[in-house]
Amino acid sequence: MQIAIASGKGGTGKTTIATSLAKSLAGLHQVHYLDCDVEAPNGHLFLKPEIQTQKDAIVRIPQIDVGLCTTCGRCVEVCQFHALAQTPEEILVFPELCHGCGSCTWNCPENAITEIENPIGVIESGITPEGIHFSHGVLKISEPMPTPIIHQLRKNEKRSDRSVVILDAPPGASCSVVETLRAADFAILVTEATPFGKHDLLQIFGILKDLKIPAGVIINRTDGHESEMEQLLKEKQIPILMQIPFDVSIAAGIASGRTLIDIKPEYLERFRTIFCQIESLLAAEEAC
Amino acid sequence: MIIIVSAKTAEYEGAPDERFGRAALLTRVDTNSGEWQTFPNPGVNQSGGAGVAAAQFAIDQKADAVISGDFGPHASRALNAAHIEMYILTSTSDSVKKAVELFNQGMLPVFQS
Amino acid sequence: MLKTTAKTPQLVVLSGKGGTGKTSISAALIHLSESLSQERRLTVVDADVDAANLNLILQTEQLATYEFWGASIAEINTEKCTGCGDCVPICRYDAIFPDSQNKAVYWVDPIACDGCAACVYACPHAAITMIQQLEGHWLHSRGDFGMLFHAELLPGRENSGKLVSLIKIKAQKWAEVVDSPLMIIDGPPGIGCPVIAACVGVDMALIVAEPGLAGLHDLKRIYETLKHFKIPSVLCINKADLYPQGSLEIQEFARQENIKVMGEIPFDTHVQTAVRMGTQVTREFPDAPASQIIRKIWQATQEQMVHLGLIALKEKGSS
Repeated sequence: MQIAIASGKGGTGKTTIATSLAKSLAGLHQVHYLDCDVEAPNGHLFLKPEIQTQKDAIVRIPQIDVGLCTTCGRCVEVCQFHALAQTPEEILVFPELCHGCGSCTWNCPENAITEIENPIGVIESGITPEGIHFSHGVLKISEPMPTPIIHQLRKNEKRSDRSVVILDAPPGASCSVVETLRAADFAILVTEATPFGKHDLLQIFGILKDLKIPAGVIINRTDGHESEMEQLLKEKQIPILMQIPFDVSIAAGIASGRTLIDIKPEYLERFRTIFCQIESLLAAEEAC
Repeated sequence: MIIIVSAKTAEYEGAPDERFGRAALLTRVDTNSGEWQTFPNPGVNQSGGAGVAAAQFAIDQKADAVISGDFGPHASRALNAAHIEMYILTSTSDSVKKAVELFNQGMLPVFQS
Repeated sequence: MLKTTAKTPQLVVLSGKGGTGKTSISAALIHLSESLSQERRLTVVDADVDAANLNLILQTEQLATYEFWGASIAEINTEKCTGCGDCVPICRYDAIFPDSQNKAVYWVDPIACDGCAACVYACPHAAITMIQQLEGHWLHSRGDFGMLFHAELLPGRENSGKLVSLIKIKAQKWAEVVDSPLMIIDGPPGIGCPVIAACVGVDMALIVAEPGLAGLHDLKRIYETLKHFKIPSVLCINKADLYPQGSLEIQEFARQENIKVMGEIPFDTHVQTAVRMGTQVTREFPDAPASQIIRKIWQATQEQMVHLGLIALKEKGSS
């Protein structure tokens, strides 16, 4: 089963929930944790894995064999991203603009294009002290495109059907979030009861509807102002899985790199309960 | 000589555009005949590679020089490779026409990448 | 506040990590600069088009909405498709599947499609065409400070930075027309496309950092990104007292990298209350601890902009 932790708004506590859920289930299931927030990956700071493998996340960019190239310009014509330009003497490649789609390679009438691997980040994998299979992607500074890394991260390792995969999503509600959610069976949405939280949650509901992924909500840092949020979720028929009150000791503990269940051990059982709740929600869905 | 000037409006007396890849229009001027024609910039609506698209237009028009406020790294690489000279607008080049006049007088600075 | 160059100087507020308080702080800075530019000529851009929140706490009047048509994606004409399947292995985005209604033909998943058009060229029956997509809307709204340029990306669309670039261009045009003294940009989280788009043409960045391991990690990544694009940056620490050791670590990092720290904002529930009221903390609670420090941060940030030659401060009047 794949569970994605998403939020729309940044900083609501996605990684807090994802890391604690992973740790809570570690003794019971084979757990994989994938940090898909490749622009600002933080899961490793909490799960403290021992990194065992490291490989480049790549985009395959064209390399032009000048001996074969007739500068006919067919590659420039088919490229939708202006990653190629044609001068009277040569074809220029702009690696930062290339999406690695391969269209130029296939369309070259002279077979003058081969592809080389352009690293845009790294994918690191390892095991945490609790036995969680950890992996994350890290986008290289100044590289613009996070989605190819997320794509490769999701396909990185073989997993059994019975393992639990926890996907820690990036903030927002655009393409990188979609790439993370694509194979998810369920989404846990972490929000806070503010106008910001509400606005961004509505954005992510749009994606989940398109992808037909069922979801539940965790309201983080509650302070007695949740009635509007509760009402909204009731209208949308989205279950509230948990509410976590604002607590300075939690905030300080997380800042120091501890997970929620280390700071407040009583949450361990609560996360296990949430997992059971998700299992039964999915079973009910299947029965329908 | 063929020169391309990034422009905000379709008039020859209209203001030049400070941006190259994201300029609204590109005006092609033949300095020998004095003929000019305005084209939509193929780069302006591109999500990425606006500079390359605009540079490709200049290359396809067989331009000898381009004039704009600035050139990004992609555009300047493409224009350089095609041996098209890049010139920078000055504060006195307040219309496309004026920019072309200044260019003809050799008064426009060459772009340094 | 007077600008010293022909172009309106641009200040971007960034954080790397989400939820550090970028938007609340941006809104407070906008409020504070209002008193300096009484002609309502401040230009404001909400570059977080993926989760646009700034207008929720700036009292603005929406003037107009425009459609934003973005990239094109592939669509298969089921009449022309023969089901040969040539397009399937060509697609590197796993976006082509048998049609759910008619398994003999194929269908492009619009969410997975990258818009590369490789399938268009691969199709022997010319059954695939590229269709441009409505990807969102952009708006401009008037406030006491000046004009806000903001946008809403439709859920799940590609945040390529194009929409960010577009509203920045619109904002720049307006800034030119009204001779705006300053543009404040509330940046998106992360370090990818939209952040890079938000940073084009920016003169200075104010990084909002949060104490803690994650906050420090993301601070370093956004700082490296800014350094790469040669944008001078200063920083402030938000919720500094929630984890004092983390604030010390940020101070230490700033010392090593020679980044000026504009101030440390304490955790203050007034900030959240102001958000819930749809206003800025400095306006509603001017004496709150956070407001007092934000005023100092704004003062220090302006001094830094003066130092960089971006603005000149007017002589203080009788007030």
